Amino acid sequence: MTSGLWELVLKGVWVTVQLLVCSALLGAAVSFVVGVARTHRLWIVRFLAGVYTEVFRGTSALVMIFWVYFVLPVAFGWQLVPLWAGTLALGLTYGAYGSEIVRGALNAVDPAQKEGGIALSFTPWQRLRLILLPQAVPEMIPPFSNLLVELLKGTALVSIMGMGDLAFSGNLVRLALQESAEIYTIVLLIYFVIAFVLTRGMRGLEHKLKAGTGKPVGSTPDQELDRPQTTGVGGAVA
Amino acid sequence: MKWDWSAVSGFMPDLWAGLLVTLQILVLGSLISFALGLVWALLMRVPSRWVTWPVGAVTEFVRNTPLLVQLFFLFYVLPEWGVTFSALTTGVFAIGLHYSTYTMQVYRAGIEAVPVGQWEAATALNLPLRRTWIAVILPQAVRRVVPALGNYVISMLKDTPLVMAITVLEMLGRARLYSQEHFQFTEPLTVIGVAFIVISYLASLALRALERRLAH
Amino acid sequence: MPTDTLPNPGTDPEKTPAGSTGELIRLEQVTKRFGSNTVLDHLDFSVDAGKHVTLIGPSGSGKTTILRLLMTLLKPDEGTITVDGQQLFPASDKQVREVRKKIGMVFQQFNLFPNMTVLRNITEAPVTVLGLSKDEAVERAKGLLDMVGLADKCDAHPAQLSGGQQQRVAIARALAMRPQVLLLDEVTSALDPELVAGVLDVLRDIARSTDITMLCVTHEMNFARDISDQVLMFDSGRIIESGPPEKIFSDPELDRTREFLSAVL
Repeated sequence: MTSGLWELVLKGVWVTVQLLVCSALLGAAVSFVVGVARTHRLWIVRFLAGVYTEVFRGTSALVMIFWVYFVLPVAFGWQLVPLWAGTLALGLTYGAYGSEIVRGALNAVDPAQKEGGIALSFTPWQRLRLILLPQAVPEMIPPFSNLLVELLKGTALVSIMGMGDLAFSGNLVRLALQESAEIYTIVLLIYFVIAFVLTRGMRGLEHKLKAGTGKPVGSTPDQELDRPQTTGVGGAVA
Repeated sequence: MKWDWSAVSGFMPDLWAGLLVTLQILVLGSLISFALGLVWALLMRVPSRWVTWPVGAVTEFVRNTPLLVQLFFLFYVLPEWGVTFSALTTGVFAIGLHYSTYTMQVYRAGIEAVPVGQWEAATALNLPLRRTWIAVILPQAVRRVVPALGNYVISMLKDTPLVMAITVLEMLGRARLYSQEHFQFTEPLTVIGVAFIVISYLASLALRALERRLAH
Repeated sequence: MPTDTLPNPGTDPEKTPAGSTGELIRLEQVTKRFGSNTVLDHLDFSVDAGKHVTLIGPSGSGKTTILRLLMTLLKPDEGTITVDGQQLFPASDKQVREVRKKIGMVFQQFNLFPNMTVLRNITEAPVTVLGLSKDEAVERAKGLLDMVGLADKCDAHPAQLSGGQQQRVAIARALAMRPQVLLLDEVTSALDPELVAGVLDVLRDIARSTDITMLCVTHEMNFARDISDQVLMFDSGRIIESGPPEKIFSDPELDRTREFLSAVL
């Protein structure tokens, strides 16, 4: 491989990282807003948030990407630059999975904690901010770590739309060299390294968040394998 | 926003053709992932690092890299090595392989959930290892794993459109083709979006019913 | 016995402001059902400000439910509850929170917030709910921790404390809101036997040295005899007998009460 082709691959890595960061931020925002809404005391709020989750989890991420690229511009006149189109499609889809994580972790907090908050006259918002979220967030980190890896894998889908991410640069190099084994091996290895770094980072975050709360850090050292996989690329995985 | 019902009805024959391919990939991919995942799970219990380490490393690698790039790899690299399959076969195998790295975790959890006493009882009865697995452990594990496996089938459904990237015409591929031929994007893409939501919703209802039956 | 110690305002670490004298809590025709099970059956009773009332009776007789209704953790199916002249149910969220500020509760399982230090457990609500400055809240919390004998545990997390210590922190946390009413829900039931005395001593001290109104559900009959002005005997969702502790514990009217007491004493 020439240095020019390597440059192409590095550009692809950069696009993938940008897309990952943007869609992870949007996805996290969606996860928390929808996830908290699903524990709301008004049934209509819970219902609407539930519909959101079902719809965006029900459809395929790739179909969503096609929709944002082709239907939004025609139907609503919203022509998004590719990065934002990809961010929107991935953030909304993976946010729906994330909202399940947030809801599950909030529901797993001992109900007595809520009662403790009521007895001290906290408002619902104060209870959420001061009591429930600080206890629930550390528990969300392992499933969010899995979801983040799924999101990384999902970013490759934008290459089908011709966006110059890592997977797309792999295709360009294949066309240039007329040889595929080497470049696809490299591309897969780069994805694997990014996934490894993400997993490590999230584990560090988990330790940091759990330090000082007096709670044991949940999983064994061999976490990755022992942890039940909670996020398929889709799927209402229990 | 303009909506053209004639485009919907025009697309319907293509939708059915695509759906058939989608379901075909789903069924065959599921079977491969169920079988291969069980193989991985059993290999991971072989008491030798020479087996568990490579199996663990390979499955970890496959699970943490994009299915799309794996599809490209199999589609373009295998012919270079002189192995040629149809695009559909390649797609089915890639999806089955990818998801087997998830199902292996399901089996593993299911096997570990069988109480130690069951192993001890089998040992006390002097059952051979093969019989212990086939007659005692796996039947108990299977009941526990069915719901989780079902969830991965639903996940897989939503990954089937990826095979359009290697020229297979499933639902999304059909929609794209129709859109380009008739220059109508909104209707076909929306129709298959709804189709995915409906199918996965029905599938999750069916799965919940199955779960309830297994619970008894 | 409390008779030999008179309240001494000079050394009181936590003197709650005197509530209005007279009736503070009133329940009228209160009924609570869980499914087909009627836990409280058209219950009437009232508590005067500053009184210490103990609720006794077999488990499942509705004692804890009364505390949970007063704390608005539950809603009654019928009847009205009034605290300091303000009615709960129906009431707006804002009104309910105003009433809650007058009431503190100590739970059987402590319910400390594990994500906060001991000090922050106590200061959080005074700062966010009552609007105290941080310094005021810390000063108040330290005074209370001193009173419950845990001044050195400010920076510990709840998980690092014994059950008895956690419960004493929970008492301090409730008092930091300067409530008019303190609800004590079987506060020693979850404790190892050797830790019970420390918690009860703290509560005796509070009963003696403050004029806070107390509603107490307990199986510690000696404690009940020490601190109570009035004892209510519950059975099947009704108050079957009530009176001063000397009367109830030594010479109850009803056989049912006698039976219950002989079983627990």
